[in-house]
Amino acid sequence: MDLTVLILLGSGLFLGWSLGANDAANVFGTAVGTRMVSFGTAAVVCGVFVILGAVISGAGAANTLGKLGSIDAIAGSFMAALAAAVTVYGMTRSGLPVSTSQAIVGAIIGWNLFSDAVTDTQALAKILFTWMVSPILAGLIAVLLFKLTEWVLNRAHLHLLRLDAYTRFALIGAGAFGAYSLGANNIANVMGVFVPVSPFTDFALTEQFTLTSVQQLFLLGSIAIALGVFTYSKRVMLTVGNELMPMSPINAWVVVVAHSIVLFLFASQGLEHTLAEAGLPTIPLVPVSSSQAVIGAVIGLGLLKGGRNVRWSVLVQIGTGWVVTPFLAAALCFVGLFFLQNVFDQQVYKPLRFELTPQVALRMSARGVPQVAYADLIGRSYESSGALLDDLTRHTLLTGKQVRIAIDQAKIQPLEITRFKLASTDFSRLNEAQRIALQLLEGQQYQYAWELADALSALSPQWTPRPAAAVNRSFNKRLEEDFAYLVRTFEISR
Amino acid sequence: MRFSLSPKKITLFNKTRILERQIDEFFDKVAEAGLVFSHALKMYLAVGVCDEFDALLNQESDIEGKADNLRRNIEMELYAQTLIPDLRGDVLRLLEDMDKLINMYEGNLHRISIQQPDVPEQFHAGYLELTGTAVTCVELVVMAARSFFRDINSVRDHNAKVIFHETEADKLSSKLQRAIFTSDLSLERKMHLRYFVERIDDLANAAEDVADTLAIYAIKRRV
Repeated sequence: MDLTVLILLGSGLFLGWSLGANDAANVFGTAVGTRMVSFGTAAVVCGVFVILGAVISGAGAANTLGKLGSIDAIAGSFMAALAAAVTVYGMTRSGLPVSTSQAIVGAIIGWNLFSDAVTDTQALAKILFTWMVSPILAGLIAVLLFKLTEWVLNRAHLHLLRLDAYTRFALIGAGAFGAYSLGANNIANVMGVFVPVSPFTDFALTEQFTLTSVQQLFLLGSIAIALGVFTYSKRVMLTVGNELMPMSPINAWVVVVAHSIVLFLFASQGLEHTLAEAGLPTIPLVPVSSSQAVIGAVIGLGLLKGGRNVRWSVLVQIGTGWVVTPFLAAALCFVGLFFLQNVFDQQVYKPLRFELTPQVALRMSARGVPQVAYADLIGRSYESSGALLDDLTRHTLLTGKQVRIAIDQAKIQPLEITRFKLASTDFSRLNEAQRIALQLLEGQQYQYAWELADALSALSPQWTPRPAAAVNRSFNKRLEEDFAYLVRTFEISR
Repeated sequence: MRFSLSPKKITLFNKTRILERQIDEFFDKVAEAGLVFSHALKMYLAVGVCDEFDALLNQESDIEGKADNLRRNIEMELYAQTLIPDLRGDVLRLLEDMDKLINMYEGNLHRISIQQPDVPEQFHAGYLELTGTAVTCVELVVMAARSFFRDINSVRDHNAKVIFHETEADKLSSKLQRAIFTSDLSLERKMHLRYFVERIDDLANAAEDVADTLAIYAIKRRV
């Protein structure tokens, strides 16, 4: 890996560092602030579990960010992370509560605007909805957890000192869970934009255990977070501890656990699979704001106790942060990309092509988009998804969903299944039938990603998506991830 | 080869347990001091200052010394190990207030031993009844204090009883003083007797003060 790559990753590491410095306080702030846990213990536990969470469970939330906008040049990723980091830094300096999640989403949209890529409104709506829900959910969980804790403690008749000793252990445990969830949920903010351009290759530690390129990226990012915890979070922990509402150690425990559950719910692929298999609705995997989850939990407890202790001005501040952060990050990213491209002559996005060939039109009709609706446009090609979108909205009456299908199908993505690339493919993630099918395609070239999908599907039912039903959801999702991996691996670099 | 359980496993909450026991022992001392006091007073009224009275006085001093040591040790541990950081200030004040009750018992016995008040027999019953009520007040506040550590919800019940008995003690004190001042004793004897009535009644007042602060601590301790 050359030095430029490391420098370009630097903005992500800076963002990670500021996340560690700020958000570790949400996990251990009250415990350290009330002197129940020493800073040393808190920092070690927090650092270790952030790294574990990021590497083991970080991928889920990163996928959603990837859907929002897939930044395909490392200089572009650099600027998105830098814009987010500067926004976080600036907002923190001016005393506004800030979320790295909102900053990075804003930055990605800034990149989409600059590169004329269409923002996936469905993914965006999902993210926005989650942001509204997460503080409320944290508040509800906090209230339930508090009631349960109160009920248990009123019956347990623990000696004050014994309760104190148990609370310390519980705070450390909750902090570890919180740090794990923080790593799992928020690593996407720090390193998500670098996933499509990861400079790493998969790396086998032992025969069973491979560290994928994404995991290596997340490891690096989480080490930056851990550094932020060690170097800068002490002050934040001591000041933030009791800022919102004076809290007893047990209340602090309730708040940390509620916060951690929320972050975990929105990050756990395991839970998603379990829910899907049981035929239940799944929870979207989205990076949410750790600070807002904590604020939600504290306000929940405050309301339970009559609402007199809650400082409502904080809510207004959150509202301001919600509006200001994404816009500021988007604007910064846009301006920064302009400079990077025109002054420093860096490629901040890859040129893309979209072609509405008769073949594409056939596939679109199979997906419910009638050819007559856009017959005039067949045969045209476009330089960006934005240009295709413009033409489709100007000349046709297609719905948003139909336009999305057109963009997906028309995207030209040259792929080649070379022997060399097959040799470096991580086969451990594929099953026997999938592997054989893939190897049979050696030497083939494709213009569209879906051509590869069709070819694989023709060779093996293991590469064929199953009908959309709750029971098949986890199979299909897994297939989608495997296929995305193949596209990344066999893409011909332009 | 013989295996033994790792001592670390056993000592995980050992320090906590030792400290819990010391706090219990401290409260035992407060209750014990009350029993010794009422016993000594009974002895004094019956036979005056005698060897047995002196022995009880020594016992009281001994209890006071041990309670002091326990209290200091508990306070040191609380601060050295930063235990219950949000409540240790309250616990410290509680222990010191309780310690003052023991000091009052001991001081009163010393005063009796030095001043040897001449109590006419007609007032013996009044003194004994007042002493009994005051000592009960202190015993109840000891129970309230124990509840503060173990069962926060019953602090209130014990406190209510402390307040009731303190009012009783006030009534008994007034009744006894009125009887003393309407008797035909000389003024200096009346004032001397009144002095001891007030000292004993002060025990109940001090117990009630502890109960009042305890009520506040209990609210703070609630989950």
